Amino acid sequence: MKYVSEFRDKKFIDPLVDELRKTIDRPLRIMEVCGTHTMAIFRHGLRSLMPEGLELISGPGCPVCVTSSAHIDGFIEVASREGVRVAIFGDLFRVPGSRGSLTKAQSMGAQVEVVYSPMDALTLAEKNPQQETVFLSVGFETTIPLVAATILEAGRRQLANFTVFSAHKTMPPALDALLGDPELRLDGLLCPGHVSTIIGAAAYEPLAANYHLSCVVAGFEPVDVLQAVIMLARQARNGRAEVENAYGRAVSWQGNLRAQQLMHDVFEPIDCQWRGLGTIPASGMAIRESFSRFDAEKRFGIRLTETPEPKGCLCGQILKGRKNPADCPLFAGRCTPLSPVGPCMVSSEGTCAAHYRYGRA
Amino acid sequence: MCLAVPMRVIAVKGVENDFTTLQLGVVEAQGIKKEVRLDLVDRWPQIGDYLIIHAGFAIHTLDAVEAETNLRLLQELADNMQAAAREEKQ
Amino acid sequence: MKMTETILLDHGSGGRASQELIKNIFLPQLTNPVLDCLEDSALVDTAAGQLAFTTDSYVVDPIFFPGGDIGELAINGTINDLAMRGAKPLCLSLGLILEEGFALEDLKRVILSIQGACRQADVPVVTGDTKVVPKGKGDKIFINTSGIGLVERGIHISAKNARPGDVVILSGSMGDHGITILGQRAGISLQGSLRSDTMALHRLVQQMLAAAPGAVHTLRDPTRGGVATSLNEIAEAAQVAVELDETAIPVKPEVAAACEILGMDPLYLANEGKCLALVAREHAASLLALMRSLPEGAEAAIIGRVNEGPAGRVVLKTRAGGSRIVTSLTGEPLPRIC
Repeated sequence: MKYVSEFRDKKFIDPLVDELRKTIDRPLRIMEVCGTHTMAIFRHGLRSLMPEGLELISGPGCPVCVTSSAHIDGFIEVASREGVRVAIFGDLFRVPGSRGSLTKAQSMGAQVEVVYSPMDALTLAEKNPQQETVFLSVGFETTIPLVAATILEAGRRQLANFTVFSAHKTMPPALDALLGDPELRLDGLLCPGHVSTIIGAAAYEPLAANYHLSCVVAGFEPVDVLQAVIMLARQARNGRAEVENAYGRAVSWQGNLRAQQLMHDVFEPIDCQWRGLGTIPASGMAIRESFSRFDAEKRFGIRLTETPEPKGCLCGQILKGRKNPADCPLFAGRCTPLSPVGPCMVSSEGTCAAHYRYGRA
Repeated sequence: MCLAVPMRVIAVKGVENDFTTLQLGVVEAQGIKKEVRLDLVDRWPQIGDYLIIHAGFAIHTLDAVEAETNLRLLQELADNMQAAAREEKQ
Repeated sequence: MKMTETILLDHGSGGRASQELIKNIFLPQLTNPVLDCLEDSALVDTAAGQLAFTTDSYVVDPIFFPGGDIGELAINGTINDLAMRGAKPLCLSLGLILEEGFALEDLKRVILSIQGACRQADVPVVTGDTKVVPKGKGDKIFINTSGIGLVERGIHISAKNARPGDVVILSGSMGDHGITILGQRAGISLQGSLRSDTMALHRLVQQMLAAAPGAVHTLRDPTRGGVATSLNEIAEAAQVAVELDETAIPVKPEVAAACEILGMDPLYLANEGKCLALVAREHAASLLALMRSLPEGAEAAIIGRVNEGPAGRVVLKTRAGGSRIVTSLTGEPLPRIC
C-alpha cells in the first residue's frame, strides 16, 4: 500500500535502529499517548527492536478505554430503550460499565450495530425512520470533527430520528493533567499523529514550555515511530525540550483549521471523568445548545450517575507509569482480558492486557 | 484513536465550497474502493492525490513532497550504513 | 474463571470465549476419550478400520456473498473437517432449519450451490432433515451437517503429532473469507474484488498423503479464529512452540488493504478453503512443490516452523524485524477506530 509499505520496509528500519542505538546515551522514559501507537508498537514488535535503557510507557491514549463506567452505563441505558438502535465503533463493544457491556446488552435484546463511520449511523437513521438511531460517540480530536460534520449533515437532511451521545475527550487537557504530576518522570512524549493532523503540532508548545518536556509528533509505521524516538533521544542528549514534527506528510504546524472550526461550531468543552484518572477540567466535548436536537442525552433524559472506581483498581497509577500490572490486586484475578475492569485491561494492547497475554511467561 | 490510511483519489463528486452538493471523494487502495466525505479536507482534492482517510472522512491531503523527501533521507541513511559496513569489512 | 450469565456472540467466534464454553459447559458433562481430543473430526475404531466423524453448523450472515454462499460453505467445510484427519470423505448429512418467510427462490439457490459443491467434490449428501421455525425465531436459514470418512491404516494426523523441527505450510492466501464477510456488513460496505475462498481440500490432502505418508503430522483448516487461533491450539495440544515469519505469509493485496482500513489483523480472520500443514522438515520442499502444482494449493507457502519451546507459545517475526507473541482470538473480530 503506497505511503504505508515503504514506511515498514526493513531496509529503512535497520539503519534507524542502528542510529537509535548510537544516539541513546542514557536511560530514557518515553510515553506514547495514543491507542493507535500502542497497537502499532505491539503489532510490529517494535519494543523488541528498542535498545536497552529505552522505556516505552503506554499512557491514557485509548479514548474508548478511558470512557468512564458512568458513560458506558448511559450508553447501555439508551441501547435498552424501546424503539432505539445504537450504532458504535467496534472498539466500544466489550468495554464494561458497572453492570456489563454493550455485548451483554445486545444479548439481552438491545439493537447494536457496528459501523465504520458516523455517516453510516446517519444512513441507518434514514433507512429506519420508525426507529431512533443513536450514535454512541467516542474519540479524540481525530474523530470529533467527523461527528460534528455528521451532525451538520443531519441538520441539512432534517433528520428527526438521529442523535449523538457524546463521550468525546480532548488530548491537551489530559496531557496537562498527567504531566502536572510531579512524580511522573518523563524524558519525552510521543505525540499522537492523527490527533495532530487536526490540532496541529503547535498544540504541544505549551506542554513543552510549561513542563520542559520534549514532544515529537509521530506517525504509526515502524519507520515513523523510530524516527520520532531518535528525535526525542537527540533532544534529551542536547538538553532541549521542544516540539518537533516527525510526521510531516500528515501533520502541519497549524493543523486542519477547517476541521477545528467545525469541531468548535458543534461542540464545546466540559469537565469530564476519565476512567482511572478522575475528572479532568475542560477535557470532554459536549454538543452545543444550538444543536441540542441531536443530543441523545437530552432526547432521552439520560443522567450520568457517577460510579466509584472498582476497589483496588490501579489503572490510574499504571497509566502514569508509576505502578506495574503485577502490583494491582485485581490483575489476573478479577480483572482479565475476557472480563476487564479498568482501561489498562479493556484495551487489547493496554499495559495490563499486554502483560497478561505476553509478559507473564 | 488514530486509525487512518492514505488512499488515492480516483474521482471527485460535488462542487468545492458548495455544501448543497454532495461532496464525496472516491478513493482506492489495492483495488479496494471507498466513497469518503470531503467536509473536512484542507484543500479540494485532485485526481491522483492521496487523502488520509479516517472513519469514512478525508482529514488531510497527504503531502507527497514531504513523504518523498523523508523516503529519500531514509534511503541515504540506508546507503550510508551499507557503505560503512563495507568499509569495516575491508 | 467466571463465566457470563448469558450466551454472547463471542461464544461463537472460535476464540477463547468459545473454548471457555467447551471447557466449562460441554466437556464436564459429555467427556469421553474420543471427544476430549477436540480435533476437526473424531476417529472411531470399527472392524472396517478408522472412521472419521464430524459435525458442523453454518449460520453465516449474509447467506450469499462474493465467492460463494452458505450452502457451498457447509459442504466444503464439512469435507475439510474430515480431510484434516487424513480421511477420505464418504458421505454427508444435511439438516436445515428454515425461518418462516424465507424466500423459496433463495432456498433453491442454496440447494443448487450444495449440489454444485457435492458434484465438484464427488461427495454425496445421503440423508437430510428440514425444520421450520416461526418468523423471528431463526435467521433465514441455518444449516447443520455431519460427515463420515475413512482413514487408511497407518495414517496418524492430529494436533498432538506436531513436533520440533516440523515446517508449517499454509496452502494459500490468508484472511480472504473473513474480510469478505466483514466487508458485507451493513455499516461497513467495502467495494472491491474481495471473495470468499471456500473450497474442498480432500484431494489436495490425499495427494500429499500418497506422496509422503508419514511426513504429514498435523492438518488444520483455520476457520473461525484464523491461523493464529489454530496454531495456538496445535502448539498447546502438542506442547511445542511455533515461530512464524510475517513476510512469508501470503496475503492478497486487497485483503491487506481492507484490513488496514478496518483495523483488522488477517491472522485472526476465517479461511474456508485453506489448510495448515505441519510436516517433517525433510519432506517440506517436495510437499510444497506438490501443493503448488494443484489448484487448491497454487499459492502455498512455508510460513514458519515448530520449535521445542516455550510450550504452547506462537511467535511472529514481524516485517519490521521485531517479534511479538500471537495469542488465540479472544472474541469476535470487529473493525476498530483506535
